[in-house]
Amino acid sequence: MPGITREEVAHLARLARLDLNAEELEHFAGQLDDIIGAVAAVSDVADEDVPPTSHPLPLTNVMRPDEVRPSLTPEQALSGAPAQEQQRFKVPQILGEE
Amino acid sequence: MSDLTRLTAAEAAERIASGEVSAAEITGAHLDRIDAVDKKVHAFLHLDREGALAAARAVDSARARGERLGPLAGVPLALKDIFTTRDMPTTVGSKILEGWVPPYDATVTRRLKEADVVILGKTNMDEFAMGSSTENSAYGPTGNPWDLTRVPGGSGGGSSASLAAYEAPLAIGTDTGGSVRQPAAVTGTVGVKPTYGAVSRYGMVAFSSSLDQAGPCARTVLDTALLHSVLAGHDEMDSTSIDQPVPDVVGAARHGDVRGLRVGVVREFRGEGYQAGVMQRFDESVELLRELGAEVVEVSCPSFTKALAAYYLIAPSECSSNLARFDALRYGMRIGDDGTRSAEEVTSLTREAGFGDEVKRRVMLGTYALSSGYYDAYYGSAQKVRTLITRDFQRAFEAVDVLVSPTTPTTAFPIGERADDPMAMYLADLCTIPSNLAGNAAMSLPCGLAPEDGLPVGLQIIAPAMADDRLYRVGAAVETALQARWGHPLIEEAPSL
Repeated sequence: MPGITREEVAHLARLARLDLNAEELEHFAGQLDDIIGAVAAVSDVADEDVPPTSHPLPLTNVMRPDEVRPSLTPEQALSGAPAQEQQRFKVPQILGEE
Repeated sequence: MSDLTRLTAAEAAERIASGEVSAAEITGAHLDRIDAVDKKVHAFLHLDREGALAAARAVDSARARGERLGPLAGVPLALKDIFTTRDMPTTVGSKILEGWVPPYDATVTRRLKEADVVILGKTNMDEFAMGSSTENSAYGPTGNPWDLTRVPGGSGGGSSASLAAYEAPLAIGTDTGGSVRQPAAVTGTVGVKPTYGAVSRYGMVAFSSSLDQAGPCARTVLDTALLHSVLAGHDEMDSTSIDQPVPDVVGAARHGDVRGLRVGVVREFRGEGYQAGVMQRFDESVELLRELGAEVVEVSCPSFTKALAAYYLIAPSECSSNLARFDALRYGMRIGDDGTRSAEEVTSLTREAGFGDEVKRRVMLGTYALSSGYYDAYYGSAQKVRTLITRDFQRAFEAVDVLVSPTTPTTAFPIGERADDPMAMYLADLCTIPSNLAGNAAMSLPCGLAPEDGLPVGLQIIAPAMADDRLYRVGAAVETALQARWGHPLIEEAPSL
């Protein structure tokens, strides 16, 4: 499998919302290349007819009764918010100007 | 050193219940010990003196009123800083959550409080539980009480170091790839990763949800069992919590016995990278099991050789999704919100400033492994390896009752030695990872000091899912026999700090 380039790391950082600086890009590209080289050993089994396991417990759709019960107050829910206004989370702009 | 800090949790609880000593005195002794040694050890990120003393006094009042006390009532505990606590900060060892006080208690926190366990404070850890040395904490490393220039393991190094330094008789860890067992091994203490789903993950900050499992830590097998029984049990707040009775782990810990037990030695857990002194103590432990009446056979689990590779695809993939919640919008740090930047820019600046290197590496690795074009080759193949490892365990447990191995390939390594070499760091979890991938139960307990460096070696015992009691039956038998041979618990050989 191919190695990972500095440009690919920059792309991953954008996808992962990490504003890496140039020095970090260089440093991480080398390390990620080493790690990916090592974990690529799993691809030996890629063509084997084995079902995938995503989870140790065979559970689906575990539900509890849909009942109204005490929960956090708005004040509690907002207690860690970096900014708030009128009992709501205040966030930076989400839509562009255009 | 105050004698009260040398008591086991079981002894402390007994003396509190009989009125021989008050819970407040026990708690005070541990707080004094922390004051005396934690500048050197740095096991704690946050201490709750007032809260701990108030909880202890409440136990003393309950006793004075003639109320029946629980088996660990009044016993102090060190809580890993990954569990939410409504009266204490929860940082997960990360800058991004510095100063955050959650509005709710984790189920583990709630259960400890309901059992009248006294929570002393929150312990240091690798950021978001990613690491094997506690060096990835944003708040500085923790020293190993056996040698302060060495790591206490990780990610739960603070919890294990607090036990080895007699700052607490009980602690809680979480184990995603070995973060309870590996620190236990290198600090000469006991740690258990219960069956996946045995202990609720509600309020435990998520790293890799299909692998994460909270577990008990202590200096003795019985204390670990007593804490296990407080933590374990069904919780409707965690959809992956097992709704079945908890095995009688305390009964098993009180009746250690391996006569007639079939013990499997995993052939793949030795060879290159394993320290000679670790293998020597491990081989002696196997011989001891035989002397105690166990039937020892060698078993092969060929897929275990791919476990580390599968883990370093699955865990980063899950963490890249889980850590997306740290978006600088609802809680935690926010950087660069000057009124001109977009939410996306603020999120990226905040995550850049708030996450450490290992977290960034794993988030990017997971993003890579899950991206289209690579998904089948990496994540898909890793999931197949997970199936093969589970099958290896199933086949092994048809022939034997428990498996044994060294917990870690080496003893504690020097602080700084592997700090910027991720692959070298990852090897510390070589023997512990398969149990996380399969979801079964495993324990580490001390089995001696490696002759070449005088540092503790851990023996790992692995049992099938929901047979956690077997860990304690075997662990108690080994502990009793070894202590008889040594004339004292191993931890007493640790330097006095």
